[in-house]
Amino acid sequence: MQDIIQISGLSKTYATGFTALKNVNLGIRRGEIFALLGPNGAGKTTLIGIVCGTVNASTGTVTVDGHDNVTDFRAARELIGLVPQELTTDAFESVWATVSFSRGLFGKPKNPAYIEKILKDLSLWDKKDNKIMTLSGGMKRRVLIAKALSHEPRILFLDEPTAGVDVELRKDMWQVVRDLRASGVTIILTTHYIEEAEDMADRIGVISKGEIILVEEKKELMRKLGKKELALQLQQKLTALPPLLADNKQLALSADGSELIYTYDTQAERTGITRLLAALNEAGIRFRDLSTKQSSLEDIFVGLVHQDRNGAAK
Amino acid sequence: MNFRAIKAIYYFEMARTARTLMQSILAPVISTSLYFVVFGAAIGSRITTMEGVDYGSFIVPGLIMLTLLMQSVMNASFGIYFPKFTGTIYELLSAPISFVEIVIGYVGAAATKSIILGLIILLTSYLFVPVRIAHPFWMVTFLVLTAVTFSLLGFIIGIWADGFEKLQIVPLLIITPLTFLGGAFYSVNVLPPFWQAVTFFNPIVYLISGFRWSFYEVSDVSVAISLGMTLAFLFACIAIIWWIFRTGYRLKN
Repeated sequence: MQDIIQISGLSKTYATGFTALKNVNLGIRRGEIFALLGPNGAGKTTLIGIVCGTVNASTGTVTVDGHDNVTDFRAARELIGLVPQELTTDAFESVWATVSFSRGLFGKPKNPAYIEKILKDLSLWDKKDNKIMTLSGGMKRRVLIAKALSHEPRILFLDEPTAGVDVELRKDMWQVVRDLRASGVTIILTTHYIEEAEDMADRIGVISKGEIILVEEKKELMRKLGKKELALQLQQKLTALPPLLADNKQLALSADGSELIYTYDTQAERTGITRLLAALNEAGIRFRDLSTKQSSLEDIFVGLVHQDRNGAAK
Repeated sequence: MNFRAIKAIYYFEMARTARTLMQSILAPVISTSLYFVVFGAAIGSRITTMEGVDYGSFIVPGLIMLTLLMQSVMNASFGIYFPKFTGTIYELLSAPISFVEIVIGYVGAAATKSIILGLIILLTSYLFVPVRIAHPFWMVTFLVLTAVTFSLLGFIIGIWADGFEKLQIVPLLIITPLTFLGGAFYSVNVLPPFWQAVTFFNPIVYLISGFRWSFYEVSDVSVAISLGMTLAFLFACIAIIWWIFRTGYRLKN
């Protein structure tokens, strides 16, 4: 099936001379949750801005469900809802008025029942007549999401939606996102809570210094790049690695000497575990317990960006 | 054309006006009344007539123009500057609308408000002096054209401004002086020839002259020139706005 968003050869150089995006090519699949990860200033918000129309591209094209987002911008933008990163809301309008305004702006006829449903889903219903300026930061974030959903978009962009948001709202929000996905809405999110990407996303893209350095199924990514740690809890503390194991670079002794940590690549032809265990046995080291731990997406991400910064991308 | 978007913007802006109804209406009415007291009663009693029109009545079109120009510029500039300031402009830029809808919505609302104020001042002036409108059709035409043109100018200023200071500078330092020197309170004919010549570089002379003609059939320049200048100014503003949205000047990036 054709990608719902196709980004080809997209570059952006700001008037200041800063190049935010370099020849970005990216396809977003229909109905997926795509998480875009990257350090601050990597180009995430610029990329979203260009797709949504708030930033002009320098070169390259974006099509949204087959509609070019410049030449056929009306058809393209109708499909998109955007939740910006900053808490940019009106101040004196009521919640109800501002959400209804958004729906009108996107050319949709009035539908109070639908607005009511959104406000209830986001626990905003009892605040509907409040002025926005009287709301807390978390509530304002909900208002922004309600505005983005007001015109029943088929694609939802969430730019750092959980920055500075309490646990309860995050739960509420992810439930809304799951419901949307179940109804067929495509969701693109940026977040720096990597556990959220790990929890929610189908695919992960990593952007660094304006370049997409990786796009992968989340499971595949975790499998491919996943390092595992084997922790061996020793019966007797050690002060140093035994001479027999001293040259094993994958092995380390914990600070208090009670644990040996062996890091290995699950994809390697040989993990070296058997050899390690045999060697430990030979050295007369006995252990009480062992555990293995898969590295998290965060570790993978930090590793990737670090690699990229050192000029050894991919 | 996304008519629902135009409606949404228009009503949103009119709601903003309604929230500040007292200050929006009371302030111009009070200042106009003061003008009548000072220029009409105090000074006007010594001038008696200007171009054959009772002085108090003579200044009515100028006073309406003064408020119309100021209010159009200020309403429209603030209307578009505020979303830029708060960041809510992202929504306008990401909505399936072109600059046509945005301009009609914002400029339409700003012009509506200043026309209402212009009419209120006209009604207020009936309390102080006799007012006669010889050509109601042309009066309304000049009123609407001027309100729309200067709301467009205000819109441009609102996009250009990157601080509240700039937002104030243009109305205060340019529009007000040009209006006062544009024959709001006198006929250009009473000036020495040199200053008359200078005056004709002031676009507001043509607006006030045409507007006054629709009341009393006296004018500093011919009505056709007044109308032509107003339209030229209108199209110049439209061209600038078209350029702004085409390039994304001060909007995108």
